[in-house]
Amino acid sequence: MPEEKRIILKYADEPGYTRDIDCYLEHGGYEVLRKSYKLKPEDIHSEVMDSGLRGRGGAGFPTGLKWKFLDRKSGKPIYLICNADESEPGTFKDKQIIHKDPHQLIEGMMISAYSIQAKQAFIYIRGEFFDGARILEEAIEEARAKNFVGDNILGSNFSCDLVVHRGAGAYICGEETGLIESLEGKRPYPRIKPPYFPAVLGLYQSPTIVNNVETLCNVKHIVEMSGKEFAKIGTPGNTGTRIWCVSGHVQKPGYYEFPCGGLTMGEMIHDLCGGLLPGRELKAIIPGGSSAKVLKADERFSGKLKDGTEFDWSIWDIPLDFDGPAAAGSMSGSGGIIVMDNSTDIVQALSNINAFYAHESCGQCTPCREGVQWMRKVTRRMCAGDARKDDANLLLSIANQIEGRTVCAFGEAAAWPVQSFIEKFKDEFEDYPANGSVSSETGDKQLV
Amino acid sequence: MSENGNGKKELVEIFVDGQPVKVLPGINAIEAAKIAGKEIPHYCYHPKLSVVGNCRMCLMEMGTPMRERETGEPILEEDGSQKIGWIPKPVIGCSTNVSPGMHIKTESDLVKDCREGVMEFLLVNHPLDCPICDQAGECSLQEYAMDYGRGYSRYEERKNVKPKRTRLGPRVTLDDERCVLCSRCIRFGQEIADQDVLGFVDRGSFSTLTCHPNKELDHNYSLNTVDICPVGALTSTDFRFKMRVWFLKESPSICTESSIGANTTVWSREGVIYRITPRRNDAVNDTWMTDSGRELFNQVVADTRLTSFQIGGNSADPTASIKEATGLLSKGRTAVVASCHQSVEEQFITRKIADHLNSSVYIARHFGKGDGLLLSEDHTPNTRGAFLNGLTDSLPTEDLSSLAEKIDSEKVDTLLVCREDLTRVGLSEAQLEKVKLVLLDTQTSATASHADVLLPALTVFEKNGTFVNLNFRLQKFSQAVPGPAGLLPDTLILSKILSTLTGESFPDSPATIWKSLSQSNSKFKGIDFSSIPIDGIQLEKSAFDHIDFPEKQSLKYSPAAITG
Repeated sequence: MPEEKRIILKYADEPGYTRDIDCYLEHGGYEVLRKSYKLKPEDIHSEVMDSGLRGRGGAGFPTGLKWKFLDRKSGKPIYLICNADESEPGTFKDKQIIHKDPHQLIEGMMISAYSIQAKQAFIYIRGEFFDGARILEEAIEEARAKNFVGDNILGSNFSCDLVVHRGAGAYICGEETGLIESLEGKRPYPRIKPPYFPAVLGLYQSPTIVNNVETLCNVKHIVEMSGKEFAKIGTPGNTGTRIWCVSGHVQKPGYYEFPCGGLTMGEMIHDLCGGLLPGRELKAIIPGGSSAKVLKADERFSGKLKDGTEFDWSIWDIPLDFDGPAAAGSMSGSGGIIVMDNSTDIVQALSNINAFYAHESCGQCTPCREGVQWMRKVTRRMCAGDARKDDANLLLSIANQIEGRTVCAFGEAAAWPVQSFIEKFKDEFEDYPANGSVSSETGDKQLV
Repeated sequence: MSENGNGKKELVEIFVDGQPVKVLPGINAIEAAKIAGKEIPHYCYHPKLSVVGNCRMCLMEMGTPMRERETGEPILEEDGSQKIGWIPKPVIGCSTNVSPGMHIKTESDLVKDCREGVMEFLLVNHPLDCPICDQAGECSLQEYAMDYGRGYSRYEERKNVKPKRTRLGPRVTLDDERCVLCSRCIRFGQEIADQDVLGFVDRGSFSTLTCHPNKELDHNYSLNTVDICPVGALTSTDFRFKMRVWFLKESPSICTESSIGANTTVWSREGVIYRITPRRNDAVNDTWMTDSGRELFNQVVADTRLTSFQIGGNSADPTASIKEATGLLSKGRTAVVASCHQSVEEQFITRKIADHLNSSVYIARHFGKGDGLLLSEDHTPNTRGAFLNGLTDSLPTEDLSSLAEKIDSEKVDTLLVCREDLTRVGLSEAQLEKVKLVLLDTQTSATASHADVLLPALTVFEKNGTFVNLNFRLQKFSQAVPGPAGLLPDTLILSKILSTLTGESFPDSPATIWKSLSQSNSKFKGIDFSSIPIDGIQLEKSAFDHIDFPEKQSLKYSPAAITG
């Protein structure tokens, strides 16, 4: 059985470990911050570059490269924002960090802020995380009292304040430009890129870095062990550990921290999560949060990896890192693995996902606003007993009209589940039983 | 942006569907394609507002010439041409600014598919209101549906239901179901009118336009939101359900509300004006105008309108009235009251009459508050015309008390008054009793009741002519509707008076008057009335640099620019 390697969650679940600053300090807390402030900011940046750290929020973009894009010539203030708007269905890793080890995030942020020379940092936390927001605020006050946050941190001439900002309960606030709009006090309509790349025109039209909670925590460990050492964890191009969140039809759902590529999907489900429920068979797995494309139980995945090696995998063979699920045609996304066994009504499952995205579409741009709602209405009608043979093709066509044509990646997030569910379970959609009743959602056939 | 030695921006060459076209650097692909003769459909983009890119109708394919990352050397195709790196996903034209060598495709299968997709999405929750919708006939949604619509619907679910008649303000009514959430109206309020009143509430497909709490859309530019609404969501409460737009005749006109001289279109049918909208002129008003300026057509059918020639309060025929007027003017010690409401042509003849009678000319000022945008401090349209015509060489006086003194001292016993109510500019009714009064005006007034001869005038909507705006821009207005039966153009009446006085025939239409005007006045030299372009002619203004005109900063006017 593969052994967990906990770096981020090293102490989180240790008996007796509490989230107050004293406990954190006893466990060597803020020592890395002390060490960091003796380094040059650009040295920390090159450590992060060396580490090969990729963003843990979903897209997996190299963190060091993101920092490199910062517009330092503009003379405008630089901002650091921690994206703690963890809202992707199936994902619950950041919540563990915030609740159990908030000082680790604060330390990671203050090191990152020093590296990019941000004088003001924000934690944008999901509106529903009211406990998390309170915990973070308390932790920041503790850290401020000990001069880890605020003016002249640890006697240096670097000052940076840290503020917790609560969202108001919208998934789209996890999109970095939507988050920035929300932080500015506006509706979280994502911005168009170009020209509004956060590293150039971010918060208050100033250069801004937005990183995920887990990503920022990793910065602390990179400085602690050096970027080169960090890069040895995991596999090339997939460095460090990842916290995977497993939910759905398994015996032991939960979160598991492993080196990237340190185990396969099969090991994760069978060995760590105790396998499927008794008497059930696997039907499908969504590997990276609900927006990732679904993988079917009996699929074979074959092709060439980035380094040229050929692969031929069953669903159980997929290595859990960034590139594995991507090679299988999906993505590791935010690390939310959703397992569905053969008790799942696949149309209902998609209807559930559609309902979420239709509810969360911000409404700014046309394809997402109208298309996602339309898909929701179709799958809801199907579930209500009025399925039609053509619905599968209709859904696929709508999804294709959304993908790649929206302001932000929400369009893909909503289109991919529909595309993949129908591509892989088309027969179930086409043969979905219709009991002849007309749901309340659909009335007479209407023109236009 | 690159500039050449003359300080002029150098054009960049781009390729629209393979066709080379030279355009100004920095413009976006929609404008560039327009220059190439290709239309990129759009809803949310407006040339005078910021770019938000939310409608996604302007999706297109874009590529730039490829270069080696290391050396910067161009990457070439086998045939030696530079390879184009096409962006794999479609991009929006509104936020794509041109760069040298850029290629865009506006007609590919992918682009067509994108437009059809967006069109279908916009229509799924759009009501089939066209038969009763004011926007029908001038609706972007209708037009693009003809080009990119399916012709049938795949949507069999229930449409969203939203409020059909929300009052946003005194002049604007919202039909929420028709709204495509383009946010033009919101941006107009924030960026142009400086009145941040509108915003969206609710999420996704249920998003709704509304006013901010305790505010309403009541500023003097609210009807511009109706103009720029690409669909029938924002409607003019006044125009709503009154007339189908395809029945209306469009006449180019000039707003007379102030010296801004906003370019307008007057929409009429069978002699009745239904609405006035702004006409784009980037040197004057961009695409905007005031709400108050749109209401000026009410003067055409006002109860106070003067509709008959009168001698001594009794109706008379035009010939007799003009003869009577001429008789009075030639016999007495006459003074002329001219107006900055008169057109350039009318002022020109008025000057001639005054010269012939050897009389003084008086002009009263109508200054008031400006708004810094498109309502200037001078509430007449043609003060600059009065200067150019030599009717005055100083700013109009606050009132006509000097004329009143002349009347009291019996140095003046006859008045020719054009477009002025003397009782409002410093003369008493007792003083009017003392003089013989010939009045040319459109509306009844205290002055009119004292007129010995009343010559009814036409409004700006009923005649042709020109005004000169605050920037000394000569602008032409055209007749939109016929005047009341039996009325004559002001130029004809004034010309007849002049002809009768002098015994020589004098031109009486704007076109013929301009032949004389351009010969006799060097400031108008070489201008032919029929060839004055629709967006006007900038006249030389340096001769008036010393005049301290009352206008303060407005959209296209800066006092500093005038005074040097």
